[in-house]
Amino acid sequence: MAQMTMIEALRDAHEVAMAADDRVVVYGEDVGYFGGVFRVTAGLQKKYGKSRCFDAPINEAGIVGTAIGMAAYGLRPVIEIQFADYVYPGMDQIVSEAARLRHRSAGDFTCPIVIRMPTGGGIFGGQTHSQSPEAFFTHSSGLKTVVPSNPRDAKGLLLAAIADPDPVIFLEPKRLYNGPFDGHHDRPVTSWKKHPLGEVPEGNEIVPLGKAAIRREGKDVTVLAYGTMVYVAEAAAAETGIDAEVIDLRTLLPIDLDTITASVQKTGRCVIVHEATKTSGFGAELSALVQENCFYHLEAPIIRVTGWDTPYPHAQEWDYFPGPVRVGAALKTVMES
Amino acid sequence: MTDTPPLSLNVPEPGCRPGDTPDFSDFVIPRAGAVDRPPVDVDPDDIRDMAFSIIRVLNKEAEAVGPWAEGLSQDDLLQGLRHMMLLRAFDARMLTAQRQGKTSFYMQHLGEEAVSCAFAMALEDGDMNFPTYRQAGLLIARDYPMQTMMNQIYSNAKDPLHGRQLPIMYSSKEHGFFSISGNLGTQFVQAVGWAMASAISGDTRIATGWIGDGSTAESDFHSAMVFASTYNAPVILNIVNNQWAISTFQGIARGGVGTFAARGHGFGIASVRVDGNDYLAVHAVAKWAAERARLGHGPTLIEHVTYRAGGHSTSDDPSAYRAADEVAAWPLGDPIDRLKRHLIRIGAWSEDRHVQAEAQIRDEVVAAQKAAEAHGTLGQGTAPSARDMFEGVFETMPPHLVRQRQEAGF
Repeated sequence: MAQMTMIEALRDAHEVAMAADDRVVVYGEDVGYFGGVFRVTAGLQKKYGKSRCFDAPINEAGIVGTAIGMAAYGLRPVIEIQFADYVYPGMDQIVSEAARLRHRSAGDFTCPIVIRMPTGGGIFGGQTHSQSPEAFFTHSSGLKTVVPSNPRDAKGLLLAAIADPDPVIFLEPKRLYNGPFDGHHDRPVTSWKKHPLGEVPEGNEIVPLGKAAIRREGKDVTVLAYGTMVYVAEAAAAETGIDAEVIDLRTLLPIDLDTITASVQKTGRCVIVHEATKTSGFGAELSALVQENCFYHLEAPIIRVTGWDTPYPHAQEWDYFPGPVRVGAALKTVMES
Repeated sequence: MTDTPPLSLNVPEPGCRPGDTPDFSDFVIPRAGAVDRPPVDVDPDDIRDMAFSIIRVLNKEAEAVGPWAEGLSQDDLLQGLRHMMLLRAFDARMLTAQRQGKTSFYMQHLGEEAVSCAFAMALEDGDMNFPTYRQAGLLIARDYPMQTMMNQIYSNAKDPLHGRQLPIMYSSKEHGFFSISGNLGTQFVQAVGWAMASAISGDTRIATGWIGDGSTAESDFHSAMVFASTYNAPVILNIVNNQWAISTFQGIARGGVGTFAARGHGFGIASVRVDGNDYLAVHAVAKWAAERARLGHGPTLIEHVTYRAGGHSTSDDPSAYRAADEVAAWPLGDPIDRLKRHLIRIGAWSEDRHVQAEAQIRDEVVAAQKAAEAHGTLGQGTAPSARDMFEGVFETMPPHLVRQRQEAGF
């Protein structure tokens, strides 16, 4: 075990995968010599050479499109989109090509690629450095979508994603890169260096895709969250005194329905929390799944606490970001109804 | 300021529309043999003029002339003729099959047979093509079974793609033919990635990308060019300029300025134009570009100048937007006719043998068609299982798809 930040854990996952398998290649904008704008790929080019880790032109469609070609050849590209907000030029390649290749060619060609991208807000990133576009991916059949919330999961899930035979969208909450964040922006931020989930196993230990983790056991209400919202939900539970069961979904697709339904059938109540905008967000899918699978156990309507249906603002960051006050209010509401 | 005339939008128009007399008089065609053949390690800057000329081998007298005329034996040429005739006969049968309701859709290669058939013979086993929907000659010329293509077109029980894909969207890794996508331009940049992978792996295999004139306007065309150039990828980037993108003439994709090949100049990519209806020229240029890529000298952009003689697809009626006799006026003629005349001229072929060959090839295609139809046609006879629809979305079916498959009753 070593104590790591999420950035170090992600970097370590790259190291482990690149050392174990020559087919793993890493590229993206500023990923090579410089080591990435968030340092996730620092030192990889020096260690593995320019043909294994290199800088790419500023062209997301090109980065994804070439990775698909490389995967068809037999490599295992792990590519970076500098911010999730900038994935849209690559969406045709992701949705029409990467996601469909195995199915449309009946397995003749496959696409084992990992597309990493920093996601989420809470950093005064404004419109184009804060978005949470996960629902675009979960809506596309053929993609797996992963959102880690801590260094240990970040490493294990990334290793699982790299080993996965199908394309994986790997969303990294940049607000969590250096330490957990519970939405209390007015308090000092702690580092992963003192957090139990900052303890990261050595070597190639995966965290399986499609399995949620219960971060806080509780009996009153189930909170479905992922990424930064896991810590917001934990804070809201602590501050309201409501005995919430906080589930960190970790993988959005395939979803761990068993863990969700077991929890909601136990608590009878459900609050869904995400940073992304509300309408047609992933929370809508979660809400529908809970309703379909737990209807007769529900004692209150399912509540979603999400970003507003607006572009992500700059000055109004903390009025937009679903912090512990809003989540706490939802917990109280669901307990009172 | 009041003297400034109002601005107006330039919307290019083709030279002729239905009812007009076709006129290609402004279409400059260099004589066969006029374009130099540079060494394969040429600096792209030294051959800038080649993007504005056309490499041609067969002249009006059907002789093979000039520096690009070499390398193909009589047997090779006879085989090339056979491949093109096979593709044309295949197209004709499948067009009819679509009209008979045996399949939903088909797209022919009429007039463009030389492009894919000649190109295929310049590649080696293990090279990978990233074709569009109009390069089936890459399969035909490399002996992919016609019956398997028909099974795919019919979406029958033997369809290798299990009925999941629209007709003609073939896939064959074994035959170096990447899975065709309906989304235009996407494969052009994927080809570059495949070539980069070959270079990363220290391999000697090369990739080829394919795109039509219309689709060069897609963003992925630019992506492919910048990645191919930056990483000196071992890739051949082919633009098939058949003058038409459905109803849209090629001027809409480039504003009537320069040539498609000239776009390579901005990226420092060796860029040439070739007579796409000249089997010998296409083959020679493909061979040159393949050698260039294989020896690590980098990418080549080839504009194949040809004409889409047929409708865009079985869903298209070209008489609505272009003159019916435009194909007859097309100055580069017909690829099969030109190779046939060359073979006759060198004493390797005759009109009689050609007629015999046409009949024999038609019989072969019909036999393959009968064999394919024995396994069903669209909606008739045996079909891929509905259960299969849920397979292959992922390598392992996730729980939500298992539930949906059960819900669907499979």
